[in-house]
Amino acid sequence: MIEIHDVHKSFGKLEVLKGIELTVDKGEVVTIIGGSGSGKSTLLTCINGLEPIASGRIVVDGTEVHAKSTDLNKLRQKIGIVFQQWNAFPHLTVLENVTLAPRKVLGMGKAEAEEIARTQLAHVGLGDKLATYPSRLSGGQQQRMAIARALAMSPDYMLFDEVTSALDPQLVGEVLETLKMLAEEGMTMICVTHEMAFARDVSNRVAYFHKGVMAEIGVPEQIFGDPQHPETKKFLASVR
Amino acid sequence: MFDTALSSADLIFLAKGAGMTIVVTAISVAIGTVLGIVFGVIRVQLGTVYAAPLTFFLDIFRSVPLLIQLVLANAFMGMVLRVQFSGLTVACMVLSLYTAAYCAEIVRGGIDAVPTTTRRAARSLGMSWGQDMRHIVMPLATRVALPSWIGLALGVMKDSALVYVVQVTELLKSTQILITRLQEPMLLLLICGAFYFVISFPLARFGGYLEKRWSND
Repeated sequence: MIEIHDVHKSFGKLEVLKGIELTVDKGEVVTIIGGSGSGKSTLLTCINGLEPIASGRIVVDGTEVHAKSTDLNKLRQKIGIVFQQWNAFPHLTVLENVTLAPRKVLGMGKAEAEEIARTQLAHVGLGDKLATYPSRLSGGQQQRMAIARALAMSPDYMLFDEVTSALDPQLVGEVLETLKMLAEEGMTMICVTHEMAFARDVSNRVAYFHKGVMAEIGVPEQIFGDPQHPETKKFLASVR
Repeated sequence: MFDTALSSADLIFLAKGAGMTIVVTAISVAIGTVLGIVFGVIRVQLGTVYAAPLTFFLDIFRSVPLLIQLVLANAFMGMVLRVQFSGLTVACMVLSLYTAAYCAEIVRGGIDAVPTTTRRAARSLGMSWGQDMRHIVMPLATRVALPSWIGLALGVMKDSALVYVVQVTELLKSTQILITRLQEPMLLLLICGAFYFVISFPLARFGGYLEKRWSND
């Protein structure tokens, strides 16, 4: 379970998160929608401790993320994150990209790590690209590789930060399909996205962020069918 | 074809000088590169402000002519520290720091060239700072830094000609000795130049080979 209590976060004078409250249960898929600069991506990087917070608490399975005593490297093993820019390791093959962390962080043997990597890469449809370098892959393939790389650590939670935003339109579908598949398999996911159809079809709950505040959260039918907050109405009208 | 007093013993004398050039260069580049990596990483980690004293120290080695550094270092060892080091030791110490000063800049540039987003991705997989450095940053930074580093190594090799001021008889000094004796400067300088070329060429080619191999990634 991920519990977010009254989280505040600023970049310099700009307060990007203004008291976020959110709890995500095991097996739940929560999507976060909202305009740019609403703080939704920042929240994800705070959840796995890549960004510090000013105040509040984020607790993952009882471990407070920003407590001084928390071993972030260990915590991050169970929280996978995939970014907008897929961030392939360009000097490693697809297979090596995926096996690196299991081998170095989890201390797995080469054979075992490769076994897992092969399974995960086949899972995301890259089973035939093992020896390829990332520069030879399309954006969509690189993004799916990044997903496999995160999954190879067997995380309990997956965070997706606008994973389709940097892709050519014709490549968006293949990545969303991968996300859908994960959701159906019961992965606990928080997805920041601009893909409204995806948010409507896949999530258990949809949160709307506006200027650092979670303006509204509810089941997709309610958020898309009967939004309560005036800003949510305005936002949904603008993206339709 | 033409008469020369150059004997095979003289050629061996030149080859020994070339050997000394290789020894001084190899030791200095090896130590200087290791120190340069350490200094470069420290500079990146500390940031501009906290690394300022180190940067200033390294700037001295980059700004003062090598010849002056060698003479001053030699005098300092003997007169202030009152320790007797061989000319070779002094030469290697000075050239190592000189190399390190330049190498630190190259390393810093290489590390800065690795996108922070890539490093974030590595850390998000649970990698520690050290693992990120070792498996992601260093391999990528090396690719960026290699051409400059090859240039530095070749430069140090040629600059090592100055160590004659601390009584180390390397290639150029050997040549000068022969010129004084045989009075055949053109021929001897040609041979000397050929020796330098033979030493440099493999290194330059090796750099080209690595660049080509890595560009396939």
